[in-house]
Amino acid sequence: MIINHPLLGPRDAAEFVYLGDAALLNRPDWQASDAAEQFYDYQYLRDNPAGDHRELWYHEQGDRSWLIVARNTLSHEITKVELARDVARARKQAHG
Amino acid sequence: MRYSALKILTEALTGNKGWQPVWREPEPKPAYDVIVIGGGGHGLATAYYLAKEHGITNVAVLEKGWIGSGNVGRNTTIIRSNYLLPGNEPFYELSLKLWEGLEQDFNYNAMISQRGILNLFHSDPQRDAYVRRGNAMRMAGADAVLLDADGVRKMYPFLDFDNARFPIKGGLAQPRGGTVRHDAVAWGYARGADSRGVDIIQNCEVTGFSIENGVCKGVETSRGAIKANKVAVCVAGSSGRVMATAGMRLPIESHVLQAFVSEGLKPVVDGVVTFGAGHFYVSQSDKGGLVFGGDIDGYNSYAQRGNLPVVEDVCESAMAIMPTIGRARLLRMWGGVMDMSMDGSPFIDKTQTDGLYFNGGWCYGGFKATPASGFCYAHLLANDAPHPVATELRLDRFKRGHMIDEKGAGAQPNLH
Ligand SMILES: Cc1cc2nc3c(=O)[nH]c(=O)nc-3n(C[C@H](O)[C@H](O)[C@H](O)COP(=O)(O)OP(=O)(O)OC[C@H]3O[C@@H](n4cnc5c(N)ncnc54)[C@H](O)[C@@H]3O)c2cc1C
Repeated sequence: MIINHPLLGPRDAAEFVYLGDAALLNRPDWQASDAAEQFYDYQYLRDNPAGDHRELWYHEQGDRSWLIVARNTLSHEITKVELARDVARARKQAHG
Repeated sequence: MRYSALKILTEALTGNKGWQPVWREPEPKPAYDVIVIGGGGHGLATAYYLAKEHGITNVAVLEKGWIGSGNVGRNTTIIRSNYLLPGNEPFYELSLKLWEGLEQDFNYNAMISQRGILNLFHSDPQRDAYVRRGNAMRMAGADAVLLDADGVRKMYPFLDFDNARFPIKGGLAQPRGGTVRHDAVAWGYARGADSRGVDIIQNCEVTGFSIENGVCKGVETSRGAIKANKVAVCVAGSSGRVMATAGMRLPIESHVLQAFVSEGLKPVVDGVVTFGAGHFYVSQSDKGGLVFGGDIDGYNSYAQRGNLPVVEDVCESAMAIMPTIGRARLLRMWGGVMDMSMDGSPFIDKTQTDGLYFNGGWCYGGFKATPASGFCYAHLLANDAPHPVATELRLDRFKRGHMIDEKGAGAQPNLH
């Protein structure tokens, strides 16, 4: 697989380390009254879809940035690559 | 029809005209006592033991393709019970004991070959870890033998003992481990279940469940709705997809694992050998091909094929312990979809929906578990209580903090 890095261009997937579902960016609030329940969900349960999947890849043998890669788990086709940083910032702005 | 030497002889003398299909091809009935979803090794073993051990024969196995088209027909056929943790080891040892009597039990030649498995170690700490594991195995009634470098040299003189990075210091052997003809396991269980009245229904994909007021009443399939008192999911790599239709998220990710076979060679590796400093294992099939594999690719996948970086990685590991392998040519390679759980251990459990049961999370090691998985799942379905060796294989163990994490890698499925 070739991951089209937003800053560095097309890179071999072998340069990256895979973490998993991009939902891992949404860390629950540790002060919520049901925090234990929320963290169980966050840490252990997965959607694990057959089809489109947004996932976190870390460019360990490159610029050490975290990317969000939209990839199809049935065909391995990659449709979109963003810097995780940009996605998190945009979300923060949207939520004020 | 029982197979025997006499039967082969009589058939040979009468033009082999008396052989019959090994199982029927029935139409689905409107309702069953138990529906097993998935005609892999585990699903067929479950149906077999339901009928044989518990007398529950009004059972259907629903398979979306043909039986054996999943991982049971794609694995590298290694059986062993060399686990460490108390939640796992007695279960895998029961499995190995069942393997030892299986061919007589289901009257089918599964070519079970206890040729032994040897896990190499390359450093002192690794030796200590293997001593501990060997002791844990023996405490659960399994066999384990610690070998020093000379002991290993006697068995496999061609290994690269003085490799600069990964010198071989010894190994932990389990002489009762070995290999099995994987397809024959599916066929043998299918035949045994069918002859006891179980309907094996191929080309029948389960597309949903009928759940009313928290109770599962049956399944929707590509061949219509079928009712059942109990529905037992057993779909390995497809676990996430299938359980999503019942509204359940699982502590599982699907990943692809590749395997490789070389051209046929003269006998060279007579047991199973695993590398301790990377992920690589090898055995030799009865046809002469070296059968080997390594790590999963490491990203979510439902494609039954992998990518080149792992191919390179596996070949590098192979060269590090067994340089002779570099002269062998690769004949074929393939992939299978693994149900990787959050702690690397499986589940055999009820779900929150009454009448709906789940078996999965087998990672890359579920072939060896086939007999015990079927045995314990049948026990759970018949008694609504877990079998004594499977009491830890529960879906809620993460919530309770009772993970069975052999590697200590944490909730990171691609590291198990
Ligand atoms: C390359 C490779 C090497 C391996 N090596 C080893 C090894 O050396 N030792 C070992 O112990 N394990 C090994 N494994 C793991 C082992 O093969 C699996 O853990 C085990 O086979 C899984 O159980 P099963 O046989 O029931 O799965 P499967 O054979 O995959 O059965 C599941 C079945 O469910 C069916 N199904 C899926 N969805 C539906 C649906 N909606 N409706 C109806 N049917 C459905 C599938 O078609 C499939 O036939 C390996 C796996 C792979 C891929």
